[in-house]
Amino acid sequence: MTTKNSGMPIGFGLGKKNPLSFQVDLTLLQRATEDEQAAADIKGKPSSFFKDGLVRLFHNPVALVSFIAIILVLIAVIVIPEVWPYSYDLQLGTYYSDGSYNNLSPMEYGTAELARIANGETIFPHLFGTDSLGRDYFIRVIYGARISLIVGLFASIIVLIIGSIYGSISGYFGGKVDLVMMRIVDIIYSLPDLLIIILLASILKTTLNIDNSAFLSALGTGMISIFIVFALLYWVGMARLVRGQILTIKKEDFVLASKASGASGFWIIFKHLLPNSISVIIISVTLQIPSAIFTESFLSFIGLGVSAPMPSLGSLASDALNSISSYPYLLIIPACIISIIILAFNLFGDGLRDSFDPKLQK
Amino acid sequence: MNSKFLSYILKRLIMAVVTVFAVITITFFAMQLIPGGPFLAEKSISAETLALLEAQYGLDKPVFIQYLNYLKGALIWDFGPSIKKTGRFVTDIIFSDFKVSGIIGLIALLIATFTGSILGSLAATHQNKVGDRVIMVLSTASIALPSFIIATVLLLLFCVTLKWFPANGTSIAGYILPTITLSLYPMAYITRLTRSSTLDILNQDYIKMAKAKGLSNRKVLFKHALRNSLTPVITYFGPEFAYIITGSLVVEQIFAIPGLGRDFVSSISNRDYPMIMGTTIFLTDIMVIMLLVSDILYKVADPKVDFD
Repeated sequence: MTTKNSGMPIGFGLGKKNPLSFQVDLTLLQRATEDEQAAADIKGKPSSFFKDGLVRLFHNPVALVSFIAIILVLIAVIVIPEVWPYSYDLQLGTYYSDGSYNNLSPMEYGTAELARIANGETIFPHLFGTDSLGRDYFIRVIYGARISLIVGLFASIIVLIIGSIYGSISGYFGGKVDLVMMRIVDIIYSLPDLLIIILLASILKTTLNIDNSAFLSALGTGMISIFIVFALLYWVGMARLVRGQILTIKKEDFVLASKASGASGFWIIFKHLLPNSISVIIISVTLQIPSAIFTESFLSFIGLGVSAPMPSLGSLASDALNSISSYPYLLIIPACIISIIILAFNLFGDGLRDSFDPKLQK
Repeated sequence: MNSKFLSYILKRLIMAVVTVFAVITITFFAMQLIPGGPFLAEKSISAETLALLEAQYGLDKPVFIQYLNYLKGALIWDFGPSIKKTGRFVTDIIFSDFKVSGIIGLIALLIATFTGSILGSLAATHQNKVGDRVIMVLSTASIALPSFIIATVLLLLFCVTLKWFPANGTSIAGYILPTITLSLYPMAYITRLTRSSTLDILNQDYIKMAKAKGLSNRKVLFKHALRNSLTPVITYFGPEFAYIITGSLVVEQIFAIPGLGRDFVSSISNRDYPMIMGTTIFLTDIMVIMLLVSDILYKVADPKVDFD
């Protein structure tokens, strides 16, 4: 064996040994050969908390199916609007200056399209037909799902940021700070949220001035007010959850060690406390997304959500309500999509909690 | 324990008052933010008439005075006359609407609690068998589905296709579907709640003892387990009622029921300020009272709960 210090005995430099000592004579020891070292290595890599959780998650059929459903929906809403030949606000009737495009049944064509098909052209079919203004319904549903998911995602991120910062500050500093901060949370928590949301959304819809920002006006006042409402009201659940986590973690020795070596409160919160409560936070965010989608579709349904012509699943369902007896599928399709999305996120969130929440592990 | 209990009640009371006060303040100043007065929609209105109207409704005074007047009114549930429904007082409208919404809500609440607790304990006693699976899948689905979806699907199925019920809530038959819709979510929630608490309790020693004595399964379940497993259901009573009332906003709209929810939504689009503020505060009062009562009941029902 050829290491740097070969030839030198291992116990070199320990000084002369007392002949009566029971101490191990290190000079008699030999280095292990590389083969022997390899044999002593632990077979396979040690499993981590994250890996264990993933294994549990993917052995849960319900969570796995919901995960696949979420991925499929995500791919659909990202890719399909980019490649689809019709856009969500294109009124085929005006495009062909023809009224026969309004309220087409699924897979039907308008007169101008039928003429073109007779000429041998291929026309992309209207999978779900068209709505009362002659817009391709399939792309409206897909686009609506995209809007609903964006709302769900952004609202959850807002809730995540505000809630985790508020909760960790309250939990870490404790005492009077905690008392005051938690009383504020209690008050917001006991507000009748849907009433306040309707109130705020209806006011913001008329007062919000976003014309000077291209990005914001593309989103529409309804969407902005939903985000504002979430930022104002919905973070309290997350704040409570994070605070509870922080309260238990901050008693751990490694936090004390960090404090003893002079770390600031800010450092301890972001470096030690929040990363250690990350699994609970992620689970709660996953469950927050469907609740945000739920609220958005509710607001859109009563006419306070997205502004026309932009569709959301709630506004599509609400529009379809007027013609429910003649065109029931216009309602059933968006209703099914909302249900699938909300159900998938809920079940996946439950699965995540079952596999990653340390408290639930046996 | 008694002084602890009293201080707990006192604390909850203060919280309740602060909540109501916060809602009153939020609603008032939110209304102030809206540009244009409530009379802006009327086209042929002269400056003098406008001034007269504003004086009549007290809108010409400084904001702070308006706020104080309003606060005073809110305390005694006097929100003044409605701006759009001329000649009617907001409080009268709210009370007559609430008779409709309240009855539907109460029946839905009873259905939900009764059916939910029975289904939940059945699921728990048949844990991991077919019945349990079916109940859990159904309850998960009813929690995930937005109430307006359930309402429209029921409307489509029973009113439009099958024509079993009328599509508007002017007759007794018209109230059946909305009541069912409103009860589904709380029923599913109570089912899950009862299931998990019953599962907890079925593992306790005194249940094993009761079984060892030779009591029948039904007796063990209903006489010993169910009583204790219903404690968490009590806590849910308040939020459940709150859910039913807010859920009625959209369900009443869909089934065309002349209740508080429908009038609230229409008052928002009509900018009927006194009506909006009155309804919000009325509903908040009800929710806060329900929460207070259910919290206190919970502490009374379960002596093990801490007073923190």
